[in-house]
Amino acid sequence: MLTTESVQKIDREIAKYPAGQQRSAVMAALAIAQEELGWLPGEAIEFVANYLSMPPMAAYEVATFYNMYDLAPVGKYKLTVCTNLPCMLSGGVDAAEYLQRKLGIGFNETTPDGRFTLQEGECMGACGDAPVLLVNNRRMCCRMQPDEIDKLLEELE
Amino acid sequence: MLDIEIDGKQLQVPPGSTVMEAARASGAYIPHFCYHKKLSIAANCRMCLVQVEKAPKPLPACATPVANGMKVFTHSALAVAAQRGVLEFLLINHPLDCPICDQGGECQLQDLAMGYGGTASRFRETKHVVLAKEAGPLISMREMSRCIHCTRCVRFGQEIAGVMELGMAHRNVHSEIQTFLGRSVDSELSGNMIDLCPVGALTSRPFRYSARSWELSRRQSVSPHDSLGTNLTVQVKNDRVLRVLPRENEEINECWISDKDRFSYEALNSPDRLEKPMIRVDGALREVEWNVALDYVAHALKDIAANHGAESIAALASPHSTAEELYLTQKLMRGLGSGNVDCRLRRCDFSSDGRRAGTPWLGMRISEIQDLNAALVVGSFLRKDHPLFAQRLRQLARKGGELSLVSVTGDDPLINLRARITVAPRDLVRALAGVVKAAAEQKGVAVPAGLEAVEPCEQARAVAASLVQDGKKAIFLGNVAEQLDQAGQLHALAAELSRLTGATLGFILDAANSVGGCVAGALPAGDGLNAREMFARPRKAYLLMGVEPEFDCADPGEAVAALGQADLVVAMGSFMSRAAQDYADALLPLAAFTETSGTYVSAEGRVQSVQGVCRPRGDARPGWKVLRVLGNVLELPGFGYESSEAVRDEFIPAGASFIENLDNGIDLPLAPISAASDDDGGLTRIADVPIHFADPLARRAASLQKTRDAAPPAAFLHPETLDRLGIAAETRVRVRQGSGEALLTARADAGVPPGCVRVAAAHAATASLGGMFGPIHVERA
Amino acid sequence: MAVLGAIKPILTVGWDGDAAWRLRDYVQRGGYRALKRIIEERIPAAQVIDEVKKSGLRGRGGAGFPTGLKWSFMPRDPGEKYIVCNTDEGEPGTFKDRDILRCNPHSVIEGMVIAGYAVGAARGYNYIHGEIWELYQRFEEALDEAREAGFVGRNILGSDFCFELNAHHGYGAYVCGEESGLLESIEGKKGQPRFKPPFPAAVGLYGKPTTINNTETFSAVPFVLNMGPEAYLEAGKPNNAGTKLFPVSGHVNRPGNYEVPLGTPFPVLLELAGGVRGGRKLKACIPGGSSAPVLPAEVIMDCTMDYDSIGKAGSMMGSGAVIVMDETTCMVRALERLSYFYHEESCGQCTPCREGTRWLYDIVHRIEHGAGRPEDLDLLGDLTKNIMGRTVCALGDAAAMPVQGFLRHFRDEFLYHIEKGKCLVAPEVQRAGSTFFSATV
Repeated sequence: MLTTESVQKIDREIAKYPAGQQRSAVMAALAIAQEELGWLPGEAIEFVANYLSMPPMAAYEVATFYNMYDLAPVGKYKLTVCTNLPCMLSGGVDAAEYLQRKLGIGFNETTPDGRFTLQEGECMGACGDAPVLLVNNRRMCCRMQPDEIDKLLEELE
Repeated sequence: MLDIEIDGKQLQVPPGSTVMEAARASGAYIPHFCYHKKLSIAANCRMCLVQVEKAPKPLPACATPVANGMKVFTHSALAVAAQRGVLEFLLINHPLDCPICDQGGECQLQDLAMGYGGTASRFRETKHVVLAKEAGPLISMREMSRCIHCTRCVRFGQEIAGVMELGMAHRNVHSEIQTFLGRSVDSELSGNMIDLCPVGALTSRPFRYSARSWELSRRQSVSPHDSLGTNLTVQVKNDRVLRVLPRENEEINECWISDKDRFSYEALNSPDRLEKPMIRVDGALREVEWNVALDYVAHALKDIAANHGAESIAALASPHSTAEELYLTQKLMRGLGSGNVDCRLRRCDFSSDGRRAGTPWLGMRISEIQDLNAALVVGSFLRKDHPLFAQRLRQLARKGGELSLVSVTGDDPLINLRARITVAPRDLVRALAGVVKAAAEQKGVAVPAGLEAVEPCEQARAVAASLVQDGKKAIFLGNVAEQLDQAGQLHALAAELSRLTGATLGFILDAANSVGGCVAGALPAGDGLNAREMFARPRKAYLLMGVEPEFDCADPGEAVAALGQADLVVAMGSFMSRAAQDYADALLPLAAFTETSGTYVSAEGRVQSVQGVCRPRGDARPGWKVLRVLGNVLELPGFGYESSEAVRDEFIPAGASFIENLDNGIDLPLAPISAASDDDGGLTRIADVPIHFADPLARRAASLQKTRDAAPPAAFLHPETLDRLGIAAETRVRVRQGSGEALLTARADAGVPPGCVRVAAAHAATASLGGMFGPIHVERA
Repeated sequence: MAVLGAIKPILTVGWDGDAAWRLRDYVQRGGYRALKRIIEERIPAAQVIDEVKKSGLRGRGGAGFPTGLKWSFMPRDPGEKYIVCNTDEGEPGTFKDRDILRCNPHSVIEGMVIAGYAVGAARGYNYIHGEIWELYQRFEEALDEAREAGFVGRNILGSDFCFELNAHHGYGAYVCGEESGLLESIEGKKGQPRFKPPFPAAVGLYGKPTTINNTETFSAVPFVLNMGPEAYLEAGKPNNAGTKLFPVSGHVNRPGNYEVPLGTPFPVLLELAGGVRGGRKLKACIPGGSSAPVLPAEVIMDCTMDYDSIGKAGSMMGSGAVIVMDETTCMVRALERLSYFYHEESCGQCTPCREGTRWLYDIVHRIEHGAGRPEDLDLLGDLTKNIMGRTVCALGDAAAMPVQGFLRHFRDEFLYHIEKGKCLVAPEVQRAGSTFFSATV
């Protein structure tokens, strides 16, 4: 299901926890699976659950509870824009609308070329750097004024 | 003890009690949804908020430990305001579909809404909708908008059933109870989640929309399936059983029943029900009146007895029958002069007959199981053979007790095991002998004679270590241990282990009247033939009481052949079977378990008599009455019974709650055991009796037959064995035993010992095969 | 970090430069001195706890519980125990822990190791907010450095004290900032908070006694021990010891983290942050993260930034996150967004929060979109009372308090929305308030 490299990464996560508590690695393992596959199909969740000796439903609960997991395919670049109050006060909503116009999609939609998915995010803990957006859960982009957004989109094209 | 005052009432409760428990003890009712006495505390519904003196805010009674001197007000203004507030929140997204909801009339939310709710809602927004979910043939999850997220069903899976099949996915108001990817709920205890659901979110799929709860009359009954003696409430409308629910009995089934107990009632209304007596006329079965049928049977029996001797007649009775039916069957046979009676259908080793100290039984009360410190189960498909015994053992393990298994497959009991040994059937004796030897060594006493060559494995030492420690311990022999051709030796070894370790020896018996059948004397008498011999040495006439030999016998091929050559086969039962149409000369329709009074004696020796809860189907009659009349027609003495109670009182002391003097002792010398078995390279069959094929009732329960447990048999082999045989998994194979054969799909299963083939018994697809644990051939089809 | 006049920073000293987070820089700044002293002088664990107690250090995550006292709740007897750091920073307005991990992860590590020593724990986890992956990686790197240098792992600094420390990466759930939800999350479950009691000091991670503190709290521990509890205590004011990071966001000219002593007047903090953006009039301020009740300008301008003053003003200091709103802000819209947040982040476990947060949002959303009803404001007030104090964890209160705060101080604006179906703050005024298309700060 997953590459040896991914499985090794999961093993490293398991090693962080006391013996018998391998289930603690489920969040990391799901993230690793998502990183490799682009999203989390049911088989991947089941693979992770079996690998960690936990019920698949328990892993599914985790995958659906934390909102950075994608249970449906997303574009090559998932852009998550924070629109929460502090960001909103500093242009977060404007940035999101700007992106929607530029990409021609709404929230939770993907561009027809499969490049971009746009999501509305909750507080990322970076309110002083608003507007803030996250690329593929990993890369945080700060103070995203229009020209910065343009630059980012160009870079990701 | 702690002092607590609840609504002005003083009482004392043990330390560690919660306010909820104290309130129950005081008789005060605190509304609740998520709280359930058998489940862990979730404290999520918040319905049980109460006022506690000095606490600034209302506290959940279910999760608040009692402190000494605490004063609780369950219905003060503060408490009621909190409860009202919670109820309003619970109702805002709950659909107003009570008029079409199956839970209507027995719904905790409906009741509390009536008690607390206003007539109008302040909620003017759009209600949240949850789409229907799939959960298999037994549980309906069509109306999940009704769910109030109490998670009782989830906790039941995790804690009682031992497997988390339902979970709560997503979060916030979008939280949804569901299975993983819409898979079916397969636990053999799944139906209890329907009972636990306080609203109409999880409903019984077979029962859906068939009646309103208030139209049903509720009658007490007892399960005729396994040997637990499960207490049932049978619900009847217009003389049809429409629903079966647990009847709470803390000493037996607590508040649970297995899915088989719950849903097998569907068979009562099955088209297979035998409604009219039938006799064979000119080769064909014809419906006749009762007097004609009974005359026919009586004359035929008399003729055969006169011409061939009474010993040419044999009777086989199902241990799922009532004790009265079992008793009268043997009495009839004794009256005719034959000792050929048995009710141990799947047994093939009778070496312990005449050497047992008494009737085998559980050896203890069922309620004592979960308080054991250690237990060993030998030879059992535990969960499927005995769902609620398994549940008790699960609770034992959850409380820190140690459970070990010695058996023939690696089936997951969904219990944390201390140790486990899985061996081929022929090695089961050796494996148990290893435990006995290890126990002797650990105790520092002499190794019993005959076990010198045995070399205990590491797991055997672990099992022994678990059993030699101090505390309450038990060794239980399961169905496989009774069905094996070395049943007597297993019994003797277990008795030896019991002697060495001080562990109680018990049998988790097969059927509802396995003990009752012995008490009723439905066993061979004198030189009488046992269940195996009566087919191995074919008779002229057979009397079958509730038995379908093609499914129920140790060697169905042999049994059906014997029946085929007989002059007379009288099949008494509630159902018509395909095979009976060939072998039966007379079919006598019997009232099914809900339709007759009768008695069950459970594995713990508990005597439970029940009344019929509805009229027999068609012209079917209670078995005890049929046998009484037959006895009268045969002019046998002592068949003048007025009631089933009168029958019972002949063999069970009046008023007895338990049968006394049951005894698992045995006086059978241990046969010497070699270090290793002589493996001739041949394959051995391992036959489980699938849970929903174990008796005629379950076999015909339509919804149970749609479950995963009712999947058609396959041939399961260890991957190494498959390799050795050059058979690819998931291909068709022909399996043969003697002259019988079956075409099955080969499946890889690392839980099957190498050299073995697991092929289920009791199924039409495998009915022509031979012994359950005998040699078997497998080849590519 | 900007510092005004006499304000002496403690936590943020030396945070300039790209390598400030590295072990070498930290050690040069005096890092791991406290740990070394404890190990070398074999200072008894009880004494370490005592010093933390004396310093008056209070939890910086929001509740402000005295840290030393919390540590002293741990059972003394040996056995499996855990130290957990809460860097699941997701309360809108709060971004101080992110800067600590960015500039000074070793102070957190040192604080956690000292805590482990003090309470007798041999393992620790730092739970890091999902969205700051880059800083999770940085923390892992810092951990590698610390392990290499013998500050973490087996036989720390040659002693027989062992402490394994690892980072656990969150994946997007605000409720995991609630300590028991966080523990559930580390255990590989949904982050659904547990009901209390029992508290983590009795039954925590994997059912074992656990001390859980905020990042800033752990980060302060080495400084507390280095400067001495008395000096730390004196850096703030009575009952409000030491300095604190105040993340300032919203309508200010220089959003960012400002470390000032507790008790610093709000206007001073506002000035540090460059004052209200564009010279506009201050309208309101949420002084302690989004769950703290909002305070109107005239109230907050009279406050000092400490637990007591803000509490007296009817709000709470919480995480110290200051969200500044100027006169272009529509308070209905502001509350709508916060109410959406609390609904979205409700774990769904308990009834009042799951159902109540959504209902609150539905109503505020209707009001904002011109479909409010006269009875809505009383209903909102009533619902907040039915949520507060009746949930498993504090998220219910956190969702209810902003509603109460906004209604208490800005009821007129809500009424205007309901009556006129439009905003008291004209749309063009709101638009003019946005800096998005005029990136002039």
